[in-house]
Amino acid sequence: MRPFGYYAPRTLEEAVALLRELGEVARPVAGGTDLVAQMKEGRAKFRYPDMLVSLAGISEMQGIDFGESAGLRIGAGTRLADVAGSPVIRDRYRALADGAGLIGSVQTMNMGTIGGNICNAAPSADTAPALLAYEAEAVIVGRDGRRSVPIEEIFKGPGVTALEHGELLAELRLPAPVPNTGSVYRRHTPRKQMDIAVAGVAAVITVESGVITRARLALGAVGPTPFRARQAEATLEGSRANDDAFTRAAAAAANECSPISDVRGSAEFRQHLVRVMTETVVREAVLAAGA
Amino acid sequence: MPKQIINVRINGEAHEVAVEPNWTLLETIREALGFTGPKEGCGTGDCGACSIILRGPQDERGRLLTSCLMLAPQADGAEITTIEGLAADGTLHPVQQAFIDAGGVQCGFCTPGMVMAATALLDSNPNPSLEEIQRGLAGNLCRCTGYTKIFAAVEMAAQRMRSS
Repeated sequence: MRPFGYYAPRTLEEAVALLRELGEVARPVAGGTDLVAQMKEGRAKFRYPDMLVSLAGISEMQGIDFGESAGLRIGAGTRLADVAGSPVIRDRYRALADGAGLIGSVQTMNMGTIGGNICNAAPSADTAPALLAYEAEAVIVGRDGRRSVPIEEIFKGPGVTALEHGELLAELRLPAPVPNTGSVYRRHTPRKQMDIAVAGVAAVITVESGVITRARLALGAVGPTPFRARQAEATLEGSRANDDAFTRAAAAAANECSPISDVRGSAEFRQHLVRVMTETVVREAVLAAGA
Repeated sequence: MPKQIINVRINGEAHEVAVEPNWTLLETIREALGFTGPKEGCGTGDCGACSIILRGPQDERGRLLTSCLMLAPQADGAEITTIEGLAADGTLHPVQQAFIDAGGVQCGFCTPGMVMAATALLDSNPNPSLEEIQRGLAGNLCRCTGYTKIFAAVEMAAQRMRSS
């Protein structure tokens, strides 16, 4: 790798100050599984950083905390393996455990962080649909302190987030789980691991007395950003939880996605995947809700 | 930028080493410390030939990672295990022995990473199913064996480790 300067701050405040002081030639690095690989690959569009600010030693960016009323807090520096393996996330936020457990290899998940998965802003990021469907909030730290932003507003385009230079994603906050709710994330890939989603679907569904009272659906890899499928949500809410409702939601989701054709699949194929997968994922979430 | 001093324990032995920020941990282990077990295949975290087990100062346990993607300064304070650290008192680790007995080695380039991945898997899951073995080794490529004998080696090692 070409030379670069390296800083390892111990606090968020220090990291933010450093990034501002060094300017846009400096980039934050956490697990390095995306950034270091890009620095080595040296693609034409990639801007090689002059300085790296390592976030790995910042303890306030670590850890998973849960309270029945407070909900879930995940430090942005928490490794994907720890998110996927967390008993409380597996039990209460299943779709997020599903997504975090699919990224790359064991090695990737042991290095890569959930904050990195979000801030790289790949349309195919496997933790993004679940975070959207749980209506997570992103806590961002910058010069003027902290601000909390709905995760939906973080994604601005492929590789682009709402974070400005000198701002860092500090943690993610997920609301307390609603009773009688099931959640699932599935993706389609030709291989089971070491692959990138051709399409991904997350559903968080609440069922009471056989009726879907609340539905949150989010899609990945079928638009410029991961996004909420609101038309599909609307067809589900108030419907009885049956095959007819699942089919209508699937058609709505296929209608509201805007995939591109690339090496991983054509737009038509991706739209077909969204239809098939939405039906399956909603059915699975309904079953998980205990209906 | 001047070199930075990092302290690591590698296979139980303490080392103080001066590293450039743009060195990877793999370069540090191979070039500065002389442990040539971990290999550079792709250099971008796809092939797993550089896999090692690293326990950082804050970690409860060691974790398998690709040392080609880790920046050397980020390893300060870590305990590192490479393939050289598996054999004890002249006896191969059961995973190493099983790779030999099952024929899981051909050219050998992927073997150190493969053995480290298998060792990390069996540390956390002593009785893995075939699918769990496949998932545990998904980040390690082998272009010779077709994997079948590697999976057999891991099954053999698991069985021997459970009954010993």
